[in-house]
Amino acid sequence: MNPLLEVNDLKMHFPVREGLFLRASKFNRAVDGVSLQVAPGETLGLVGESGCGKSTLGRCITRLYQPTAGEIKFRGQDISRMKNRDLLPLRRDIQMIFQDPLESLNARHTVGEILEEPLIIHKLGNRQERQKRVAELLNLVGLPARSMTRYPFEFSGGQRQRIGIARAIALKPSLIVCDEPVSALDVSIQSQILNLLVELQQELDLAYLFIAHDLAVVKHISDRIAIMYLGRIVESGPGEAVYREPQHPYTQSLISAIPVPDPHQKSQRILLKGDVPSPIDPPSGCRFHTRCPRATAICQEKEPVLTGQPSTAGLIAACHHPGPA
Amino acid sequence: MQDVILEVNDLVTEFDTDEGRVRALDGVSFSINAGETVGIVGESGCGKSVTAQSIMRLLPQPMGQIVGGTIRFRGQDLAALSLEDMRRIRGARIGMVFQEPMTALNPVHTIGRQLSEVILLHKKISKQDALKKAVAILDRVGIPSPDIRMGEYPHQLSGGMRQRVVIAMALACEPDLLIADEPTTALDVTIQAQILELIQELQRDMGMAVMLITHDLGVIAETCQKVVVMYAGRVAERGSVYDIFDCPTHPYTRGLLASIPRLDTPAKSTLTIIPGMVPGLRDLPAGCRFENRCPHAEAMCRTTLPEEERVTDQHGVACLRWQQLPPAQLGGAS
Repeated sequence: MNPLLEVNDLKMHFPVREGLFLRASKFNRAVDGVSLQVAPGETLGLVGESGCGKSTLGRCITRLYQPTAGEIKFRGQDISRMKNRDLLPLRRDIQMIFQDPLESLNARHTVGEILEEPLIIHKLGNRQERQKRVAELLNLVGLPARSMTRYPFEFSGGQRQRIGIARAIALKPSLIVCDEPVSALDVSIQSQILNLLVELQQELDLAYLFIAHDLAVVKHISDRIAIMYLGRIVESGPGEAVYREPQHPYTQSLISAIPVPDPHQKSQRILLKGDVPSPIDPPSGCRFHTRCPRATAICQEKEPVLTGQPSTAGLIAACHHPGPA
Repeated sequence: MQDVILEVNDLVTEFDTDEGRVRALDGVSFSINAGETVGIVGESGCGKSVTAQSIMRLLPQPMGQIVGGTIRFRGQDLAALSLEDMRRIRGARIGMVFQEPMTALNPVHTIGRQLSEVILLHKKISKQDALKKAVAILDRVGIPSPDIRMGEYPHQLSGGMRQRVVIAMALACEPDLLIADEPTTALDVTIQAQILELIQELQRDMGMAVMLITHDLGVIAETCQKVVVMYAGRVAERGSVYDIFDCPTHPYTRGLLASIPRLDTPAKSTLTIIPGMVPGLRDLPAGCRFENRCPHAEAMCRTTLPEEERVTDQHGVACLRWQQLPPAQLGGAS
C-alpha cells in the first residue's frame, strides 16, 4: 500500500542566537535526519524523552514549522517547501491535537464558534449546515449538544480534550498528529480519551502520528512504534516487537524504567547514567554512546544507520551492537 | 509493636473560597511506621496534596484551615503546635520534596548557600562545617563534582539534577519522615527511575519513613509497602501494597487499576473506564462520593456516607456494599 505520509531525512535546525549582534553561530539540531512512513488508517507511535525532538517533528509534519532540509511527502506530494497559500487545502487533511486543550482553545469563543471556525475558513456549507455539523461533531466525541453555547473554561480537562478532538476531526482529515494528547489527564479520564481515539480511528479511517513520552500509552494505541533519541530515530517496528524484543540498548533501558503496576513484579531496571546531552552539540558517532552500557570505540567514531534486525520482520535499529538485553 | 512515626486521625481541612467554605479533607486517617514507605494515590483534587500541606502546616493562608482531627508525629500533635514550634520540626525532622524542583529552589542563590542555610538553621555548627556537610550530601545524592556544583545556580542544572538538590536539602538534617509530593512527575522515565532508586537507597541507609504522593500506580507498586487510596477528600481504601493490587475491594480502586493501559494488554483493546468525573467539592453528595460513577451503587449509597470497615486487620475499605461485590476482575496483570 502507498504510504499516506512519507518523511525522508528530515532536519529541523533552530539557530541559537548569541552575543551582541545575535549572530546564529550554533544550531539546535532538534530533528536531525528522521525518516518514517505512516500508512492510511494506521497509528505510528513516537516515543522519546523531553528534548528528543518528537514534538518538533510533529510540528514540521503539520507544517507549523518550515523544516531546514529533507522531504515530507503527503499522498506522494512533497509539502516541505510549500507556501502557506498552497498549504491551505492540505490543512483539511492533516490536523493536530495538542497536549493542553485550554491553551489551544480560544477562551473568548464558545465551543460552537471554535468548532465552526474551520468550516468557515474552508468555506464548507451554509450557516445551518455548519450548525448541524457542529452538533454532529459534539455527538461523535461524546459531548451534549448544549455544550455549543458554553466556553472552554466551563469544561473539565477531559471534556476540553474532547473539544480539541472534535475540532481536529471537523474537516474529515486523513492524518492527525496527536502531541501528548492524554499526558495532562488523570488516569480514569485518560482511558476515556484513548478509547475515543481508537473508536474514531475505526469509524473515520484516520491515521495517527501519536507522540507521547508514556510508552504504555503509546504501546496501547499504536500499530508501529518509533523510538527517538536526540533528534534521530534509534529503533522502530511493530509495537509488540519493539516492546517484547527491542534490540537497541536505549529502547531496552526506556522500557525497563517504566514502573509496572504490579507489586510482585519488581522490574530489573537498566539505569542510565547522567542526562540527555544537548542537541546543540550532540555527541560524535552514535548519539547514545555517552550513556550506553555497550559503547565501544566504534560508537564514538561512526554513526550507526537503521538496519533490519533478524529477530523480527520490520524491526529496525540504529546500533553497532544490537541484540537482546 | 511497630514504631509509629506519623498517625493522622480523622483529619478535616477546610478552605475559604469566594463561593463559601469547602471541605477539602473529610476525616482522613492513616499511619506511617518507621522505615516504611506509604503511597498516597488519587486523581487531581482528591486531597493528596492538601493532606501533605496539612501535615506540614503549609496550607495556603489565610484560606486553608485544619478544623478537626489530630496529626500525631512521634506522639506530638502537629495540628495543635504553635507556628514557632512547627518551624523547628519542618526541615529538621520532616523533610519535603515537591513536584517542580525549580519552584522549590531560590533562583538567585547558589546551591551551596541554599543547602548550608538549611543545615545552619537547624543545627548548631559553624558555617565551615555546614558547607562541608553540604558537599557531602550533594555527593551522597549522586551529583558529580559536588564542590563545583555548590557555586552554581539552579538554572545551570538539569531537571533531574535539580530534583537531587531538593532531595539533598530535604535530607540535610536527617529527618525521621520525608514527604515527597509527586517527586518524579515532571521528570522523564529514565530520570524518574534514577530518582526513585535514590530515595529508596537513602531510606534504607537512614531508616527514615517516606510518604509518597503520586497519581502513578506503577510508582506505588514499585516503591511502597502500604497504600492509601483517596477520593474526593476521603480515604476510599487502604492496606498493604499487596492488598490494594491483588484484592482491590473499593470499586474506585478496582476502576483505577483496570483503566491504566498496560504494556502486556493487546493494542487498541477497549480500556475499562470509570464513567463521569469526580464531583466538585462544592456540591458533594450526601452519601458515598463515588456513587455517581460506581457500577455497583444502590439507593442506600446515595444517602449514607460509608465509614471505613476492616477487610482484614491491615486492610480497610469505605464502601457500604464491599461484602456483596463480585470478586475483582483484575486487568492484564500476569
